[in-house]
Amino acid sequence: MCAAGFTNDDRMNRGGPATELLAVRNLKKHYPVTRGFLRRRRGWVRAVDGVDLTIAKGETLGLVGESGCGKSTLGRVILRLEEPTSGDILYLGESLLNRTGKEMLAVRRKMQIIFQDPYASLNPRLTIGRIIGEGPAIHRLGSPADRAERVRRLMEVVGLRPEEASRYPHEFSGGQRQRVGIARALALQPELLICDEPLSALDVSVQAQVINLLQDLQEVFGLTYLFISHDLSVVRHLSDRVAVMYLGSIVELTDKDELFDHPAHPYTLALLQAVPVADPRAARLRRRKREPEPEPGNLEGPGCRFATRCPDAFPPCRETAPLLKEVSPGHWVKCLRTGG
Amino acid sequence: MNPPLLQMKNLRTYFFSQRGVTRAVDGVGLRMEQGGFLGVVGESGCGKTVMALSIMGLIPSPPGRIVEGEVFLEGRDLLALSSEELRDVRGSCVSMVFQEPMTSLNPVFRVQDQIMEVLERHRHLSRKEALEGTRELLHRVRIPAPEERMRDYPHQMSGGMRQRVMIAMAIACEPKLIIADEPTTALDVTIQAQILDLLQELREERGCGVLLITHDLSVVAQVADRVVVMYAGRVMEEAPVVEMFEQPLHPYTQGLMRSIPGNIASKGKRRLEAIPGVVPSLLDLPKGCKFNTRCMHAFADCFLEPEPDLLAVGDGRYVRCRLYE
Repeated sequence: MCAAGFTNDDRMNRGGPATELLAVRNLKKHYPVTRGFLRRRRGWVRAVDGVDLTIAKGETLGLVGESGCGKSTLGRVILRLEEPTSGDILYLGESLLNRTGKEMLAVRRKMQIIFQDPYASLNPRLTIGRIIGEGPAIHRLGSPADRAERVRRLMEVVGLRPEEASRYPHEFSGGQRQRVGIARALALQPELLICDEPLSALDVSVQAQVINLLQDLQEVFGLTYLFISHDLSVVRHLSDRVAVMYLGSIVELTDKDELFDHPAHPYTLALLQAVPVADPRAARLRRRKREPEPEPGNLEGPGCRFATRCPDAFPPCRETAPLLKEVSPGHWVKCLRTGG
Repeated sequence: MNPPLLQMKNLRTYFFSQRGVTRAVDGVGLRMEQGGFLGVVGESGCGKTVMALSIMGLIPSPPGRIVEGEVFLEGRDLLALSSEELRDVRGSCVSMVFQEPMTSLNPVFRVQDQIMEVLERHRHLSRKEALEGTRELLHRVRIPAPEERMRDYPHQMSGGMRQRVMIAMAIACEPKLIIADEPTTALDVTIQAQILDLLQELREERGCGVLLITHDLSVVAQVADRVVVMYAGRVMEEAPVVEMFEQPLHPYTQGLMRSIPGNIASKGKRRLEAIPGVVPSLLDLPKGCKFNTRCMHAFADCFLEPEPDLLAVGDGRYVRCRLYE
């Protein structure tokens, strides 16, 4: 898989417009597959396989894809919670990769993550106040009294009662725990928040509360979001632009309305057609149009990785890897059929 | 006139523990005609799964017990059956598909052995006939190359394939009713669409009724012809699917509709109208209407016992709310 699209684009280079907060260049994360007693390497799982992205300051970039497409790994690699295999991550035009631990600590204040599972991502032995205040404590921001005050304010901001700071995570509902996770992420006054499926574990009626909270926080603090989700309705509601990921690479990237109204990649189209719509009349009209999809077959080989499932595939698709190309202004597609 | 496929009256299933009595299902009535597709929607803890397990006679006892109510399947009282008779009913008349196929399939047996067991036990087929029947069933649920895949162990299959195997087992004895409890929750959207299509095809071809339990209103909109909305162990609203989505009556249903981005009720809105608060604990339900703590329309009467009844409001619609009294 070779570098695609953005790498030749001058706008993405260092010294570009100041509005570009994060850029990812041909990022790869491959995991070795080992077998047997000697843990010999038998191959690689290409979880992230040459991703190029930019996120402008103050925007929300939605990242959608099915389970196993590498979207969560991409989020973790951007924060360097996992080291990339190759490629580069630029924060305000500066690479994150050759920084020492100490320098990285300073950057991480500006980039925080909200995890999917509010049950697993909060330490059950710490009080809510400790959990939220831990980041500022590690970074030694202000006096202990200042930090306690900051925790109180954060709890108010995310809709928790400050007097509950001495309680433990198990005393809270899923939605409240997710608010704790958000407060913790905000404690260091970040610029970029990576939201990794922050709604999946929540009840429907509570999801909307958290969606609204994320929108309010963005307005108040001027936050930038990378919003990772499998739920296309939520992504459409929250995002400015949307990237669609399939087996480790971005196959389509454009403004959200363009993506939902004029999808260009066959995979995007398949995803959109599969999303259930909460409108029974429309749902009945749409039925019966769906073709049964073949199982993803052998994924090795030089061609497009979607070719085995693609209804529009033609022989070159199995021979040539497509590049992410701009088919109309701001609309990037990785497909031989549409991108040429 | 034929009796309805499923009729449930005033079902109450309680769980007894040291902390108190959890009234998981508290007075639920349902009616399904032959070949109907009923969607049951609710959030976690609303009692939808316990209701399904009650129909199947699968409530773990203790701590659970069906303390009141009647469940009729084609006029036959299921709650009066012995556990032996109930096992026959489970094999032949009702079957269930669960959320997580990996936990409901036995990991140490090949897929074919698990389906053949159903055919041998309930349809009394010979081993050879059962093997052939298994192949046909896997073909029926659209598993490609069934002869090869039937020798797989569950872990060798993808989530969507495993769910197909579960459905193959569920239809092995040509049941009149399939109860599917969150059958697509663990699956990707493209696979979910295939499984929902499959359930509808089975309904159309075999005329079996489907009771689909889900937290996802959009899923219900795709496939159901009637919808029941549950909350705190009760039915809050019941209606034909189009009416339910175009004009929800209960404030809870209305709130749910507005909470889903991209729904008819929320389309084009920058901000969603969220339902405030959280689902109340079943050990600590409010007096009067169980939704009153989160309802924007609640007035004084809503906080008084007894709680409102499920009212018939015409056109096959029912709602449990003081606003319609």
